[in-house]
Amino acid sequence: MFDVIIDAVEKAFQLIFSGDPELLATASRSIYVAGAGTLLACLWSIPIAVLLGLYSFRGKWLIKSLFNAMLGVPTVALGLILVMFLSKSGPAGFFDLLYTINGIVVGQALLVTPIIVSFTSSALAETDVQLRDLARTLGASHLQTNIAVLREAMWATVLSLISAFNRGFGELGIALMVGGNIAYVTRVLTTSISLESAKGDYSFAVALAIILVAIVVSITVLVNLVERLRQ
Amino acid sequence: MKKITKIAVAALIAVIAVALVAYVYIESTKPQRQQLIVSTTTSFYETGFLDVVKDNFEAKYPDINVSFISQGTGLAIQTAMRGDADMIMVHDPAQELKFLQDGYGVNRKVISYNFFVIVGPNDDPAGIKGLDPIDALKKIKEYGDDGNAVWISRGDGSGTHAKEKRLWTAAGYNATELAKLPWYLERGAGMTDTLKMAYEKDGYTLADLASYLSNMKTGNINMDIVVEASKDLLNVYAVIANNPQKTNLTASNFDASMKYIEYLTSDEGQELFATFGVDTFGKALFSPYLQLLNSGSDPDLITWIYEYAYFSGSECPEQYRYQAGDLYT
Repeated sequence: MFDVIIDAVEKAFQLIFSGDPELLATASRSIYVAGAGTLLACLWSIPIAVLLGLYSFRGKWLIKSLFNAMLGVPTVALGLILVMFLSKSGPAGFFDLLYTINGIVVGQALLVTPIIVSFTSSALAETDVQLRDLARTLGASHLQTNIAVLREAMWATVLSLISAFNRGFGELGIALMVGGNIAYVTRVLTTSISLESAKGDYSFAVALAIILVAIVVSITVLVNLVERLRQ
Repeated sequence: MKKITKIAVAALIAVIAVALVAYVYIESTKPQRQQLIVSTTTSFYETGFLDVVKDNFEAKYPDINVSFISQGTGLAIQTAMRGDADMIMVHDPAQELKFLQDGYGVNRKVISYNFFVIVGPNDDPAGIKGLDPIDALKKIKEYGDDGNAVWISRGDGSGTHAKEKRLWTAAGYNATELAKLPWYLERGAGMTDTLKMAYEKDGYTLADLASYLSNMKTGNINMDIVVEASKDLLNVYAVIANNPQKTNLTASNFDASMKYIEYLTSDEGQELFATFGVDTFGKALFSPYLQLLNSGSDPDLITWIYEYAYFSGSECPEQYRYQAGDLYT
């Protein structure tokens, strides 16, 4: 009964250590979409986080709770909306992004936006309370105060980016629906696992899953290590 | 916690608890019916044909509940081999024969046929309209290498994928090698998803006629048939029951499978094939094979099907039959 599992794990390790080129290519596509998606999301997420963390205005609580609510948005729902928008007959069809690797990047950027905004703005707001008074009493200007706060919250921002990366790296819905799981083009770790396990090729699927988990775990361990060294 | 919050939380928990109890109660009062799981090619499922079959079959056999897993032939066979399905409805004679030879399947019956077509963008960039399938593929390869044509492959081990690969082989190319070229995209999904991608990417693809017509109808795609039905593009559907001696099938599962096969090959079942899609498309999406055979109206076509989908002159040679009753008489 356990033969299938043991056999699959054994073959999986053989595959990983044989350096199968398609396995490596699939893993690097995953890293690319999650990394590029996170960086792209920074373009708008960091400014929004600063606005929400350091300034007060009418309706701020509403915007903040919207972003918090979007933290758990199901990827299939977002994928569905994106497919409709990016389709040739949809409003954003002229971008030619459906079934391309950069289409997945855009989808993941949208997916991780609430993560970056929520985590970073909370960190900024917390730092702000302690630091603003101090900076003010030392005679800093408004701009100087903000820069000091941002610098202080740098580490929390990095952590939010790591969470964003991990979320994009491990998600299936958007990659499958927007990317289309095209072999050698838009096939990433998660879509490949889904296809191979459906096909019944468990050893290849297990090899992919091991790589997926290994990358997520090593990033997290690395970050914790850096944090320890920093203190 | 404020009093009002406490009340709200308590109310919420109460509502959830009541819903749970109600759900369990409703589920437990449902009559127990024999479950029959059929893993099936995507074309039967996505065109909605199986909904019609389910309604009519269950009306006749109220104590059987039939469910379908839509997968494509290759996956359907693997699911059946694992014992996760009771029988298969598929369309790839080569894989079917292997399924029988390996001892997993018994009592194969040919139930229906139609044709594959090559579909493409309305402006037909490779200019293959009217060619025969082999020449058409050669031209797609030539235009693809120049960056002017795209081929979308099912890439999922389905019957349509197997047919594609055989056609590419006949044209002198190896499909596995072609998949590494930028103009040949392996979709790894069902027929509707593949057609949608072909439409979005202005590409060509091989489709069964039923899936093409129903996706045109629903507006999923707007593409033309560029290579019409011909002998090379014949598509034959068959049902095979799991062998209860080889898989973990119970006798009552096998019994239900046999009822299902008998139903599909009966006059009543064949009539479902003959009428499905006629109102919408003006013709049957899946032509009834036994009606063709009994009428004898098109001897050429019958010969093609014999050559393509029969194994040493029989739809199911003697050694692959098990408690077949009068299925083959």
